[in-house]
Amino acid sequence: MIALTVNGTEHSVDVSSDMRLLWVLRDILGLTGTKFGCGMSVCGACTVHLDGEPVRSCVMPVSIAAGKKITTIEGLSTAGSHPLQQAWIAHQVPQCGYCQTGMIMSAAALLKKKPQPTDADINEAMTNICRCGTYTRIRAAIHTAARKVAGGE
Amino acid sequence: MKQRVNMSRRSFLLRSAAVGGGLLLEVTLPKSAVAEAEQASSQAETSPEVTAWVLIRSDDTIFIRVARVEMGQGNFTGLPMLVAEELACDWSKVQAEYASTSEHLRRNRIFRTMLTGGSRSIRDSQEYLRTAGAAARLMLTTAAARRWSVPVTECVAENSLITHTPTQRQVSFGAVAAEAATLDIPENPPLKDPAAWTLLGQPAERFDIPDKVTGKTAFAIDTRLPGMVYAAIAQCPVFGGSLKSVAAKKIADMRGVVKVVPLEDAVVVVAKESWWNAQQALRALPIEWDFGSHAHVSSDSILEFLREGIQLEKAPVSRQEGDIDSAFASAATTLEADYYAPYLEHATMEPQNCTALYTEQRVDVWAPAQNSEATAAVTAETADVPVSRVEVHKVHLGGGFGRRGLHIEFVRQAVRVAKTMPGTPVQLIWSREEDIQHGRYRPVALVRMRAALDASGEPTAWTVRQAEQSIFSEVRPHLIRDGVDIVGVRTFADAPYAFPNMHMEYAMRNTHVPPGPWRAVAHTHNPFFRESFIDELAHAAGQDPYQFRRALLQTSQASKDLAILDAVAEAAGWNSPLPEGVQRGIAVQDSYGSYTAAVIEASVNGTGELTIHRVVVGIDCGYVANPDSVRAQLEGSVVYGLTAALYGEITIKEGRVEQSNFHDYRMMRIAEMPPVEVVLKPTGGFWGGVGEPGMAPLAPALCNAIFAATGKRIRSLPLKNHDLRPA
Repeated sequence: MIALTVNGTEHSVDVSSDMRLLWVLRDILGLTGTKFGCGMSVCGACTVHLDGEPVRSCVMPVSIAAGKKITTIEGLSTAGSHPLQQAWIAHQVPQCGYCQTGMIMSAAALLKKKPQPTDADINEAMTNICRCGTYTRIRAAIHTAARKVAGGE
Repeated sequence: MKQRVNMSRRSFLLRSAAVGGGLLLEVTLPKSAVAEAEQASSQAETSPEVTAWVLIRSDDTIFIRVARVEMGQGNFTGLPMLVAEELACDWSKVQAEYASTSEHLRRNRIFRTMLTGGSRSIRDSQEYLRTAGAAARLMLTTAAARRWSVPVTECVAENSLITHTPTQRQVSFGAVAAEAATLDIPENPPLKDPAAWTLLGQPAERFDIPDKVTGKTAFAIDTRLPGMVYAAIAQCPVFGGSLKSVAAKKIADMRGVVKVVPLEDAVVVVAKESWWNAQQALRALPIEWDFGSHAHVSSDSILEFLREGIQLEKAPVSRQEGDIDSAFASAATTLEADYYAPYLEHATMEPQNCTALYTEQRVDVWAPAQNSEATAAVTAETADVPVSRVEVHKVHLGGGFGRRGLHIEFVRQAVRVAKTMPGTPVQLIWSREEDIQHGRYRPVALVRMRAALDASGEPTAWTVRQAEQSIFSEVRPHLIRDGVDIVGVRTFADAPYAFPNMHMEYAMRNTHVPPGPWRAVAHTHNPFFRESFIDELAHAAGQDPYQFRRALLQTSQASKDLAILDAVAEAAGWNSPLPEGVQRGIAVQDSYGSYTAAVIEASVNGTGELTIHRVVVGIDCGYVANPDSVRAQLEGSVVYGLTAALYGEITIKEGRVEQSNFHDYRMMRIAEMPPVEVVLKPTGGFWGGVGEPGMAPLAPALCNAIFAATGKRIRSLPLKNHDLRPA
């Protein structure tokens, strides 16, 4: 049994220790907001936070996540209230939407580290892939959310 | 009162309940769980169906049904806007819901078509959807008039309220919906003058977005059902090969393994608990393939095969005007160039997948498919049951781009496996490697063009020989006429340019690599060929590439091409000065009933670093439903189109695809994203497509800018093969 803390809730899961965190989240815990895109840490659709750091859960053995604080999109905010989620709606960012939860998790980790990110910061942190091509709006939405947080709203 | 149960809505409820979390795993439902859960929820969820498209609850909530599928293009909002405009309802009380496929089939295809592709959702359904809205409005107004015993002509509907004008009495839609539902549906209700539209043409927030930012949206891959097992698949690496043998016993003891299901050209491992278990076992499974007769094919041999198509003495003619021979004989200058474009894979972010549940009573499937009617048909055929016993649960797609319209083999595979285990839901997921290596690829194409200019630089003749793989020869043979794939020749056979003499030929060169419609289909590679060659001609004639095109677009048939070209050139400031080393390229193309043009500013430094400084792309799609969605589609086209131009290439070695995942089939990321300006110039009077047309002018505009900046003419894609890479 492996003990996991996901979105503040403790779970004990009976899985092999090398099972990737992504599949524990999706298939064992039913948290399907975290997506499978490539399985090799390239596309970022599976991004979650491990003790606040963005990680690609598709390559992370669950044993490494044991004992750490895991946050998924389901735990980012209650009812989509995170400034990034609000900015994502304001800018009408998603198209198909499949990559967007990973995008938002990457952006949330960026804003924690750099509350006022520059375009260069965004380029460096946001390496996730979107096939629909929502990058222009993602950039705008991150800046909007950053301004909102700075303004204390 | 007619009361129609709402199948798709019920399945939505079921799914949302199912993905709610770990709770589900503790619930044990009987084998017909899906049917029972739906039945239970249906009793709480019925609304008077005014018409098949419009349901109104007594609390004035309006449900507008969507027959096509949302795959990112915004039709889940745009299609209801068409209905709502004529319905004269309160838009804030409108919700979209998918029309049920089984109900559609039971009711004699009442929702017309469920196909989503060809940039057709809005343009092909606008008339019947606006009519549906107008009919429902008339029925509601008539019901109110009857209640008041007044002539219907004295009643006006607006904002979900019907007012009896002389007395100012009012009643809401919800209060008369049940009565309205009993009336006959008027057949030809008058439609509003577009000038009177209040909703269409205004930006509307998309219905599907809020759930997409919280992770609540359940894509097909997120389907969670009690007792569900997971399936991983390996398909024969060489197209056309088959499965020889598998050593299933070797993995029998691996965690979760339920069984191995051999198919003709693939093998599936089914496991409990997680797809991870299935995929791990699959990787350990010894598999022997019979690679068949194509294991020697390579990109080089395919190119040679295309070259033979170019060299054939004769090929089927796709266009003939005037007399090219005498034009070439009297030419002052002639030009000839060969252009090439490689295979491309769609790479939808949601990999191919399908969940299937086979029971004695029915077959349920959840799949990211672009045509749920076809999904139902494939399911029925595969399961060998009547289509009336199939339920296709409609879900938003994690991308489509043409990959999952005609080609839904993942549905067939999942249903075959599910049929071997009745009562157990099976979720089949393709790995990304399977997706990249078993796609339906944009065909390879080699094109030779020749042109003649007279002494004054006037173009007098143009010939085209296409050597291309046909997408449709197998799946849609009626699109092949006298040896010509009539879709494959678009851009050339229908080019608006007024060359006095033209001769075009099409040499079909089909390989063993399975082709498919890739976003914009022929309007991706063909515009690259045509618009680059036109640029070559302009330079050969010593003319400005924009003005050269203008001169060739002076006919009445070309007036809309000319107008969008002008609009984009103006927005880009075609004649304004640029920084040292930066140059512009331009291209224009009509496709899917719309007109697009692009101007791209680019520079290349001494070490081959390419910088795209600015993309201006414009569209005239006639009328616009949701302008923000049009804008988003053009922004997205820039990424899809430039990714292909910069990096996109699927190569073949030993009969199989060499690339396997995003590390070697590279995608543009945010750091490479140039500034994009979208020019919307809807001129009205027609409805054009939007999802694909934006793709057409991008690659040629970029390559023409590269030529202007470097003098290097790019005649094959992708650019990475020309030592050009983003800075």
